[in-house]
Amino acid sequence: MRADDARPAPRDGTAGTLAELSRALRDRTLTSEAATEQCLARIAERDGAINAFITVLADDARAAARTADQEMAAGRYRGPLHGVPISLKDLIDLRGTPTTAASRVRRAHVAARDAVVSARLRAEGAVFIGKTNLHEFALGTTNEDSAYGPVHHPLDPDRSPGGSSGGSAAAVLAGMCYASIGSDTGGSIRIPSAACGLVGLKPAFGEVPVDGVVPLSTTLDHVGPLCRSVEDAAILHRVLAGVSGPAPAAPRELRGLRLGIPRAYFFDLLDPEIEARFDEACRRLEQAGAILEDARIPHAADAPTIYSHIALPEAAAWHARTLERQPEDYTLNVRLRLETARYILGEDYVRAMRGRDVLIREVNAALHGRDGLLLPTLPVPATRLGAATVAVGASEEPVRAITLRLTQPFNITGHPAITLPCGRTSAGLPAGAQLVGMRTLDLLAVAAAIEPVLDPS
Amino acid sequence: MTIAEWLAQALQDAERRGLPELGPLLEALAKSTEALRAADWNLDLSGELPEAPPGHAR
Repeated sequence: MRADDARPAPRDGTAGTLAELSRALRDRTLTSEAATEQCLARIAERDGAINAFITVLADDARAAARTADQEMAAGRYRGPLHGVPISLKDLIDLRGTPTTAASRVRRAHVAARDAVVSARLRAEGAVFIGKTNLHEFALGTTNEDSAYGPVHHPLDPDRSPGGSSGGSAAAVLAGMCYASIGSDTGGSIRIPSAACGLVGLKPAFGEVPVDGVVPLSTTLDHVGPLCRSVEDAAILHRVLAGVSGPAPAAPRELRGLRLGIPRAYFFDLLDPEIEARFDEACRRLEQAGAILEDARIPHAADAPTIYSHIALPEAAAWHARTLERQPEDYTLNVRLRLETARYILGEDYVRAMRGRDVLIREVNAALHGRDGLLLPTLPVPATRLGAATVAVGASEEPVRAITLRLTQPFNITGHPAITLPCGRTSAGLPAGAQLVGMRTLDLLAVAAAIEPVLDPS
Repeated sequence: MTIAEWLAQALQDAERRGLPELGPLLEALAKSTEALRAADWNLDLSGELPEAPPGHAR
């Protein structure tokens, strides 16, 4: 399948981006019911092969869409998400529906109430079309370890869409919904967004409530959107973060933007085509007047060990009881990773938290006087399902480590980060560029400025 | 506890619990922990006291 085929065709009544659909709904040139039916038709047509959804809420979505149409016809417009079909990663509570976290451990669970983010989206009139597949308990980057089977990349069924929010990314890419809400503990929004050619936003730490979201690591968990444009991300972020007041800032002027490129560590292990797409994008940015300069995060290479010694013991604390009572309900790889985590010593967790403080100071310093840091998001294109390692130039690297490598530093530091499409490889697989900033609203304004230059196609 | 002591005990315990598959994962974790403890920001009390981080008055 060609990449162009993945989106809903404009002529079938559905717009390309969430923002475009939102304008069509507001202007009454399209109904929510029609947009929702189109998404459900896409799911019926393609999800047997992709496996993006664990639960499809067809009846609820149709009812919500009809209500949205009636409200808008009566002049009760709730805002830009009113009537828009979206999905939730299946670790976010939605009242009356299961929250499986893609695990047999939670097969009997039905959410009694909405997560805070679900409630905020519901209040804005969003239409929940379903709950998406993920790497079990979000503890992995390929979506292969799921009680509901692996998710297949919409552009190549032999490849992973990335993870852990892989079902979310595949659903958005394949036109089954206009956006999805995911979680990101080491890159789980940005990795699949990059692998699928989408925009994925990890807001600043603590900015979006995680109440009602199955936790992995309390220090590192973030919730945010996977979508098709920076404008979409800004609309969703406003609602998720409960931002009130004036509309989002206009895109920044590209000329004069000052962006730091942290090459040491971040460019040490890159697929040559990913690096080439990034360097081409940098040249276009400079031609357009952006100022690119070297930036340094001196201890970036310590990020993987700091990450492991924070994420794993925190995850083990959440899972200790179920590991003891029902170990057979975990997929083997996830169970073994969690069992390994239980051996980490408290003193090493404390050391890692000290390392976190060091990285926070260094990223703050790298951002000082700059509008953002720009770097690739994912060092390799979408990886093959079943592969334990992937070739990166001349070396073979473990899939898990290489896919987390460029995103996990900013979970440790909590800085907001967004991935944007940045061209494609010769095989047609997407590449992504990651922008990191100090404040999410400022980051979105810079991202909107560079978005058309990073991926002129 | 040194990393070598920790690894030996962890491997022994995993074996006792019927989880010998943890072996390679524990060995990889030991290497990662070694890197963590060797980081140049990981000061201890054998020399000069570290500066308090900003905002942490002692």
